[in-house]
Amino acid sequence: MKTLNLPRSPKVVLGLGITAFFLLLTIIGPYLAPFSPDDTSFAPNLTPSWHHWFGTTSLGQDIFSQTLVGARATIVVALVAGLVATALSTLVGVSAGYLGGFTDDGLSLMSNVFLAIPGLPLLIVIDSYLPVGSRSNALIIGLVISLTGWAWGARVLRAQTMSLRNRDFIEASRIIGERRWRIMLTEVAPNLLPVLASSLLFTVLYSIGAYVTLAYIGLTSSSVWNWGTMLFWAQANNAPLSGEWYWFVPPGVCIALVGTGLSLLNFGIDEFINPRLRESGLTARQRRRRGLPRRVRLGLTPVLRPVVAKASGPAATSKAAS
Amino acid sequence: MLPIARRLGVYVVTAWVAVTANFLLPRMMPGNPIQTLIGKLQYNVTPAEVNAIRLSFGGSLHNSLVHQYFTYLDQMFHGNLGVSITLSTPVTTILKGAVPWTVGLIGISTVLSFFIGTFTGALLGWTRGSRMDSLIPTATFFQAVPYFFLGTVMLLVFGSDLHWFPELGAYSLNVTPSWTWAFVSSAIRYGELPMISIVLSSIAGWMLGMRNMMITMVAEDFVLMSVAMGLPRRKVIMTAARNAILPSIANLSLAIGLVVSGALLVELVFNYPGVGNLLLNAVENEDYPLIQGIFLIITLAVLAANLIADLVYFALDPRTRTGATA
Repeated sequence: MKTLNLPRSPKVVLGLGITAFFLLLTIIGPYLAPFSPDDTSFAPNLTPSWHHWFGTTSLGQDIFSQTLVGARATIVVALVAGLVATALSTLVGVSAGYLGGFTDDGLSLMSNVFLAIPGLPLLIVIDSYLPVGSRSNALIIGLVISLTGWAWGARVLRAQTMSLRNRDFIEASRIIGERRWRIMLTEVAPNLLPVLASSLLFTVLYSIGAYVTLAYIGLTSSSVWNWGTMLFWAQANNAPLSGEWYWFVPPGVCIALVGTGLSLLNFGIDEFINPRLRESGLTARQRRRRGLPRRVRLGLTPVLRPVVAKASGPAATSKAAS
Repeated sequence: MLPIARRLGVYVVTAWVAVTANFLLPRMMPGNPIQTLIGKLQYNVTPAEVNAIRLSFGGSLHNSLVHQYFTYLDQMFHGNLGVSITLSTPVTTILKGAVPWTVGLIGISTVLSFFIGTFTGALLGWTRGSRMDSLIPTATFFQAVPYFFLGTVMLLVFGSDLHWFPELGAYSLNVTPSWTWAFVSSAIRYGELPMISIVLSSIAGWMLGMRNMMITMVAEDFVLMSVAMGLPRRKVIMTAARNAILPSIANLSLAIGLVVSGALLVELVFNYPGVGNLLLNAVENEDYPLIQGIFLIITLAVLAANLIADLVYFALDPRTRTGATA
């Protein structure tokens, strides 16, 4: 595989930047927080000021500190869930796609069942039966979330594996007499990487949503600060109707930004897999620099000669097309 | 096997898994669930109520697990989902009051968002690389915003600040629920804001999926062919879009579950009297029979929606009818 030419399109650069920023915040966020998130010694309901960047809650806690501290719990749980779910979906998807037969039928049925069950209600049911003590445990919550989030990745990976297994180079190593697991590990797996990466991003994205939602409903321990618990307290104290926007906007915007960063990265991977999308993601200047023909409106193979396109060039195409 | 029969089989298995999970989960947890439930009741429990609770758990816990399971299934097929702890009303009765609101709200907004999103996505795919592409990061942002957060912001801005829309509930307190114009118009008026926030948060997914398929489709030979034949541009776009929409519909089954999950929370924000609000209240009060009943009804509804989406897909894609794509 040649070096990834992902970070060319502006969307992907933006996505990388946002994701890196929040990963950094996960590590150093709690140290940056000016106050303890539990500290209730400030005046309640302060609007954002120099001293309290995001204002204070109606209990007199500093919202900026809560946001910084909350980044870690939110992203760590999402990463745990995303990694476990991706591991599960790789296991199920690749074996189903590669082994075929009854194994495939059984595993596919399993992932289809998990796809069809609406994830959030299932999560709520499972989580509401968890003992209160384990609700604050990032690992347990992450595992439960991954249980509802692996099926989509498994389906995509199965399809990709199936299309790979009959390629010539796989056939060749089978003829050489390579062992099955070795083929799966050294021949199939590397070619699954883009799909795998995209499915990891997707599950992390899903897990953030699921975790924040659980916290927002009050199903995770309220002693662990994350962006969902912040929203939970804001809703419980009627912040939306009393106009305390500075209480619920920071965590919400953070969630949305992380999500945006991950999806933009995912676009990059999509464009990497699908060359047609890649070219569509370029700006006009980048196209010119790469020597690609001028953008054609109708998606036709350009009928223009690749010389300097004069004003009559594009006009001629569009006339021919319409 | 016919593809449609295959799908149907998957849904039957899914429904069975959901039912069985409902049965097994409380039993896997430590402690005696019946005693836990009775202990949670605030008032003195009559023997009849204890019996009702026991029945909803599939008979006495001294019976074998298999026996309990079949009693449980039997109860469910007779429409007995147990009795809510906090409201001490049969779960089915409670659900009957909440389901229509949710089906109306989420159903209409999902359909709206699918059509608007697909249409915009087709246009974006067609005019790819133009200035319209700047819509994509915006759409992605909206897609990443949790439904309930967008709902909260909309409520704050358009409800409590600008007073463009009524704030909470599903209808004005001045009207009584009945099939009169006053009530229906009030219900529509109160439904607008929740609906707009669901559409806004779910539209980006349809849009982006359709855009990407459209870009792939536009480079296909049949599009070149129809341009070469001199078809009017609108017809060319239609031909390409008709083919690009298929994966969108095929993915409906994943999407419906996600949309419903997200939209349930919008009900909490707007205090809408639907299933989502009911579920969250039940969670807060640890009302397990109600939680389970709601989980079951949501799963069944999502499965039914999936089945409809599949039928549409089979109607649109002739390949599925000949069994060419198994």
